[in-house]
Amino acid sequence: MADTKEMKKALFGPIIDSNPIALHVLGICSALAITTKLETALVMSLALTSVCAFSNLFISMIRNHIPSSVRIIVQMTIIASLVIVVDQILKAYSYEISKQLSVFVGLIITNCIVMGRAEAYAMKSPPMMSLLDGIGNGLGYSFILIVIGTIKELFGFGTILGFEILPLVQNGGWYQGNGLLILPFSSFILIGLMIWAIRTIRPEQVEPKE
Amino acid sequence: MEHYIGLAIRAIFIENMALTLFLGMCTFLAVSKKVKTSMGLGIAVVVVLGISVPVNQVIYTTILAPGALAWAGFPNADLSFLNFLTFIGVIAALVQILEMTLDKFFPALYNALGIFLPLITVNCAIFGGVAFAVQREYSFTESIVYGVGSGIGWALAIVLLAAVREKLKYADMPDGIRGLGSVFMIAGLMALGFQSFTGIAI
Repeated sequence: MADTKEMKKALFGPIIDSNPIALHVLGICSALAITTKLETALVMSLALTSVCAFSNLFISMIRNHIPSSVRIIVQMTIIASLVIVVDQILKAYSYEISKQLSVFVGLIITNCIVMGRAEAYAMKSPPMMSLLDGIGNGLGYSFILIVIGTIKELFGFGTILGFEILPLVQNGGWYQGNGLLILPFSSFILIGLMIWAIRTIRPEQVEPKE
Repeated sequence: MEHYIGLAIRAIFIENMALTLFLGMCTFLAVSKKVKTSMGLGIAVVVVLGISVPVNQVIYTTILAPGALAWAGFPNADLSFLNFLTFIGVIAALVQILEMTLDKFFPALYNALGIFLPLITVNCAIFGGVAFAVQREYSFTESIVYGVGSGIGWALAIVLLAAVREKLKYADMPDGIRGLGSVFMIAGLMALGFQSFTGIAI
């Protein structure tokens, strides 16, 4: 059993020190496309964190029985089954959001964070640590999604989770919504700026000159 | 015929896989350092999308869709909840078959595309293309056009990005933004460019 310090590292390390999006370039598709509203970002983070945690746990539990030649297919099957469960739960309990997320819930299967952690960590580590690592990486992903979702919703629509924070000019307030932030491509620029900020705080992540 | 041309233009430009729908981003950002490699990857994506979208469309309409199993005597069966599992299985199997066929019959092509093929299984562009084609209920011919078209769109985007990145080698940027940060911003500006296709009515 690993000591507390190591467990803490597995859980909180991925948030800033080895963020899956900002450092490893994993799982970007969904991070860009669905962050227009904070609500969808939250649901997506929750879905990804749970899928990542449980796929890590299950794969780690059976890791000694998987022949290495078919491991990708086995991992895929486990992940796909978990995603189907998440998709069915979303359809049952929050149909509106599941409509908004459309194919992106399905895309969790091909989200490289889940695959990458299963392959790089869960195949070599005991179940408990893998579970923590899965949750940690899910949190790292959620961190970026929530920051981007908050910025976009607050400055684009003047609301947070649907509550009015900055009253818009159209509704008789003073705030002129930033139309550029509503468009999906602005997530690219925002993530670029976040990477810049993270690398300024943690200079060891800076890429060497070619 | 006009309908299919319209669909292809839609898939290539207006709903560009990489720059409008943001699919296949991981490989898009990670493997776009050189024009030559990104060209190879782009062609591989066109081939895999062109085959896997119609195949999955056929499987979905004849086996998985609600009431589709009527021909086998199960008119009430609804297997549509198995869609994700089936799609990913079919894609993985197709990539494997394609890899073996290329290796056996077209070794030159295999050597050029070989390293990219396993990467493609986990490329969200393929899965996204399949999921969109099923969600929009395309017919068989439409799904061929959509598959090939969206593949071409993705290939176009990655080659363009690689071309920009090759030039950027000479730029003197602040330390924090060099590499990944700058690639995100370039991709953002390119997406802004592709946004202008949205207004085109077909």
